[in-house]
Amino acid sequence: MSAQARDAAIVGIHEYPSRDVAGLVSPLQIKAASAAQALADAGLGWQDVDAIYDAGEGGGMAGLNIAEYFGLKPNVIDTTSVGGSSYEYHAAHARRDIAAGKARVALLTYGSTAHSNAQAIGVGGRGGGAHPADNMESFSGMTLVANYAMVARRHMHEYGTTSRQLAEISTATRAHAMRNPQAVKAMEDLEFLDIRETTLDDVVNSRMIADPLHLLECCMISDGGGAVVIAAADVARDCRNTPVWILGSGEATKYTENGGDITTSAAAQSGPSAFAEAGVAPAEIDIAMIYDSFSITVLALLEDLGFCGKGEGGAWVEGGRLRFDRPQDGPALNTDGGGLSSNHPGMRGIFLLIEAVRQLRGESCSQVSGARLAIAHGNGGMLGSRHCAGSVILGRD
Amino acid sequence: MSESPLPPKRPLPKLTEADTAEFWKRTRDQQLSYQQCSDCDEIVFYPRHHCTHCLGNNLEWRTASGKGTVYTFSVIRQSYHPFFRSRLPYAVAWIDLEEGPRILSNVVGLADPATLEIGQSVEVEWEPHEELSIPLFKPVSAPV
Repeated sequence: MSAQARDAAIVGIHEYPSRDVAGLVSPLQIKAASAAQALADAGLGWQDVDAIYDAGEGGGMAGLNIAEYFGLKPNVIDTTSVGGSSYEYHAAHARRDIAAGKARVALLTYGSTAHSNAQAIGVGGRGGGAHPADNMESFSGMTLVANYAMVARRHMHEYGTTSRQLAEISTATRAHAMRNPQAVKAMEDLEFLDIRETTLDDVVNSRMIADPLHLLECCMISDGGGAVVIAAADVARDCRNTPVWILGSGEATKYTENGGDITTSAAAQSGPSAFAEAGVAPAEIDIAMIYDSFSITVLALLEDLGFCGKGEGGAWVEGGRLRFDRPQDGPALNTDGGGLSSNHPGMRGIFLLIEAVRQLRGESCSQVSGARLAIAHGNGGMLGSRHCAGSVILGRD
Repeated sequence: MSESPLPPKRPLPKLTEADTAEFWKRTRDQQLSYQQCSDCDEIVFYPRHHCTHCLGNNLEWRTASGKGTVYTFSVIRQSYHPFFRSRLPYAVAWIDLEEGPRILSNVVGLADPATLEIGQSVEVEWEPHEELSIPLFKPVSAPV
């Protein structure tokens, strides 16, 4: 562990509390409000920020637009835009930029009003024609849910995985959500029916959206956002909270290839890089914050990240293994309630960092006693056709 | 939103997209095409102007038999797109053509799309439109 770098740490976090802003707040306002809260959490000020990371969801000229809106003149701007994994990339890049001496206090923000805008993220058709791949695929009417469902179908075919095994992902995250007042409020505001802990039967008996994925295997569509502040080591040690160090990271892409294996994601490339850099093995991880767009996303990523072998995920997750109160059995999954039951405004990656930090500070609603190491793994794009993966290993002193 | 008097239409590919226009022009004659690199033999699909293996530009168009197998699929039961909503439930599938390309399409011609299985043999069934044809697929035999 002594070889682990301590270049940069997450020192401030904020998760925007509302999941339904009723059209009264803009995504930019969510970003600015979250930035203020995260800086206050760190004990830093607006003028301390010298680097901005933004996923460009506001449109073109993202780096310029966000700086002007904030009223900052940063020395570093990074607008890496890889969907829900953008924030894992941003955290990795912020650490790199800080280690290179280009910045000292980095600000990551996210804001979305996907729910208020009534965006059909999961069940809409894709707009066609902009990218050659879209021009080849849009005619088929594949929805986003079906894109992931095709991974699940193939996983079942190759490895015998069952819907009940996939349902373990949903029941574990729902159990965590019920312990998180913000998640319960989110489900109320988004008019979930029957807000309670779910059983495996509840999940497999819920309405089929795209075979074999059921309603309770699909994430919510909320409003929301948040902010993360990352600081150089000397700054971090003077901040209000325990520094959460960025120990390692990995990035990867995956896209449809002729003859390729749809059940293996880009995590199989990004995970080993991140673990190697951190000098950490999957078995040492206490907290797995893994992008739960759908149940199958988590199952495939757990395998690809090395928590179990390829194809073994179904049996591995059985019996409530992913719950926060089973630390002897491996990492706790998405202890905030995840995208399935707490917060998914379209690009959830920033919340993976935020809840990992809560756990390593000892502040989670589903706290794992003595949690020391976490992975935040973002999957951006679509699991079944083309996506980016960002893995970040986090640890406390 | 008022009801349109016309039935909703399938979203069609653009014949102006730089890399894939030639593929779609060839569908007018119901040719299902892919590319192969003359330098390194790599199969390239979706179509491009360069070989994804060696970056060469010597790609030759080939015509596929139209036969393939279902690699994976899903039966879609919820869609907000007017055309596809009118077709619910329907099957989308990644299909491995016997020459190697993997293509996304619909499997049609099943009374119940949920009876589809991975490994099902399929063949192309063209859906003609004014300027191009859409390659859909239908089962050719009962699944093993």
